[in-house]
Amino acid sequence: MKLRAIVVGALTLSMGLAACGSGAAPSSTKGATLSYGPISIWYSNNAQEITWGEQEVAAWNTLHPTQKVTGQQIPASQSSEEVISAAITAGSEPCLIYNTAPAAVPDFQQAGGLVPLNDFPGAVSYIQTRTGSLASMYKSPDGQYYQMPWKSNPVVIFYNKTEFAKAGISTTNPPLSTYSEFLATAQKLVSSGAAKYAIYPSPSSEFYESWYDFYPLYAAESGGKLLVENGKATFDSPAGQAVAAFWAQLYKENLAGTATVTGDTFADGTAAMAIVGPWAIADYQGKEGSPAVDYGVAPLPTSKGNTSYTIPTFSDAKNIGMYASCKNRGTAWDFLKFTTSASADGKLLTLTGQMPMRQGLQKAYASYFTANPDYTDFAVESAHVIECPNVPNSIQVWQDFRDDWSKSVIFGTSSPNAALASAASAINKLVSSSSSLP
Amino acid sequence: MPEVPPLEAELQLATRGSEMKLEAELPPGTGESRGTRLARAVLGPQPIGMAFGAPYALFIAVLFAYPLGLAVWISFHSYFFTAPGVSVARPFVGLANYVAVLTDSEVLRSFLNILIFLVINVPLTVALSLLLATALNAAIPFRALFRACFYVPYVTASVAMVAVWLFMFNTGGVVDSVLGPVAPVPSWLVNQNWAMPSIAIYVTWKQLGFFILLYLAALQNVPKELYEAASIDGASWWHRLWSVTIPGVRTVTTLITLLAIIVGANLFTEPYLLTAGGGPNGTSASPVLLMYQIGIEQNHPDFASALGVILVIGVLLIVGVQRLLQRNQT
Repeated sequence: MKLRAIVVGALTLSMGLAACGSGAAPSSTKGATLSYGPISIWYSNNAQEITWGEQEVAAWNTLHPTQKVTGQQIPASQSSEEVISAAITAGSEPCLIYNTAPAAVPDFQQAGGLVPLNDFPGAVSYIQTRTGSLASMYKSPDGQYYQMPWKSNPVVIFYNKTEFAKAGISTTNPPLSTYSEFLATAQKLVSSGAAKYAIYPSPSSEFYESWYDFYPLYAAESGGKLLVENGKATFDSPAGQAVAAFWAQLYKENLAGTATVTGDTFADGTAAMAIVGPWAIADYQGKEGSPAVDYGVAPLPTSKGNTSYTIPTFSDAKNIGMYASCKNRGTAWDFLKFTTSASADGKLLTLTGQMPMRQGLQKAYASYFTANPDYTDFAVESAHVIECPNVPNSIQVWQDFRDDWSKSVIFGTSSPNAALASAASAINKLVSSSSSLP
Repeated sequence: MPEVPPLEAELQLATRGSEMKLEAELPPGTGESRGTRLARAVLGPQPIGMAFGAPYALFIAVLFAYPLGLAVWISFHSYFFTAPGVSVARPFVGLANYVAVLTDSEVLRSFLNILIFLVINVPLTVALSLLLATALNAAIPFRALFRACFYVPYVTASVAMVAVWLFMFNTGGVVDSVLGPVAPVPSWLVNQNWAMPSIAIYVTWKQLGFFILLYLAALQNVPKELYEAASIDGASWWHRLWSVTIPGVRTVTTLITLLAIIVGANLFTEPYLLTAGGGPNGTSASPVLLMYQIGIEQNHPDFASALGVILVIGVLLIVGVQRLLQRNQT
């Protein structure tokens, strides 16, 4: 009986180990950078990006029949980061992912899932020439590029002209430049019954939600400070406190919603304003099957007032990562350059309305912006974006921030200033450690 | 007796019914080859039975036992997920992960949340499912329709059900509209006092059909004569329920209580979808939700594993105590 138990146990353990521990070691040698052949890529499941991706893959495959690229949408999940993280652990990620969030790069890098692009001759020069000074935000602390800056979606204020008109507010030059103007406009929108809520950023506690409420306004108010700079949190400051107080007031007066909702509250008219980037324009123009919204765009407010699109905002960028399981990295690098060429960037802009991270965007695609003036302000903003800081424990940093933000600003159970101080203290500890317990 | 290869001998043993039993009972060394004895020692007296059971044993071992063992190992080490072939140090950290878990205010809050959930969900589940099963067991009109209606939420996808409840319980939703000024402010799912009770009620409603089914099956085994005797003695409906039905379905009540506790301890979908990731302010966060956020999203599987192990031990303790109490009562 004992022998049987031992044999069965050993078999089970070995099979379990085989099941859970298998997977090819990544071809981490530099030799892989010279390897050419078929590769696979993932791109976003946004309809316009699928079209762009399919066109680029088809164009490449026509020119390079022996280095076939297979493209597919990123598998569905709550967030792309989860899917990519799981794929890295399983060793099943494709060569290139055109949906890599800069905030997740430190974790992917720590997991050994990313290929440093510096391995490729001329890569640093290529990245910096294309993206300009903004490229430095995407450099990892070890000085290497583990991501190709690709496209940004500078977030600004969208407003519903129909609801503004109903509330008797100017639809061409709405008073939204200062916090006090914004609050007065919000009060008017709700009290007049024009909209149920003035604005409705997701109140969810997911780590990335602060990118669409706190962070853009903090970028504007602070003159472009990142959440963490030089290993220290920057937001426990007058600028951070002003932004927190502004949002806390909106929630306190029920001008912003606290309940979970399904769908887009701006598109369905529940909220009169939203903080989003140019990717949403196609939706609001009714091209994606949803009813069209008569929208206007305004720059982000600050406490002292702002009417310019040169004020810093959050990039909401998605970049291209090359992943460790990639065998034919030579092809992957060539394809990456092919899809970030001036021509490919032009197609991306035309098809998606998202801003390629390329210097001199307005000049390079002047005819597009003349024909599509709605996108011009975003092109201006795209030169003034800030990014999530490239620091260790990046996701945990944002989660800690979000938890304190939810407690104080959204649900009002503690003072926003105390919450910012608490979050700053926790974040300082996190970024000083390469791997720390939550 | 002609000589046969050991494997063939085993097959013969397995197919000869009582003959096999007799041979299996023979003392070792009486006319058997060494190979046969070894095969019997490894595979036991019923090798074909072992063959039938092996796939499920393997399934359990690979998908439950191994991950559980790995989780325990991870919980004692500094660990994060890496790509295959990437070699990183995974130092032994003793109880550091457990200390971190047990001193984390969000984790402690999540255990309190689950306690609140269980206090509401378990008694409500047991009482409602027993009452409804008793009613559905009686000869009432449209009995089959009612049974199906109660079962529908259980077999419908949680995501679809959550969407319906969001529609009903959101700020300004159907429930708020019906209750008018009596409705809580802020509304149910964003109210720190009501978020977890709302989830507990939702889960009770969703699971009710299954538990009613268990009780209906158990009620078939309660002898009708007992009810007749009680009626003759003048027992009211309540007395018959208390003195005949409840003792008659005690084993199923135990099972339902255990299942309800396990469902509660594994709560994930509802706080994830219904209250936007455990809100408001963490008052509906569950330990499993935190395991997901910390282990998967933040890549701290060491902390998440320690939390998981504590959760498993907690559930086993609760179940053990419950079983002990049940045994004493019996």
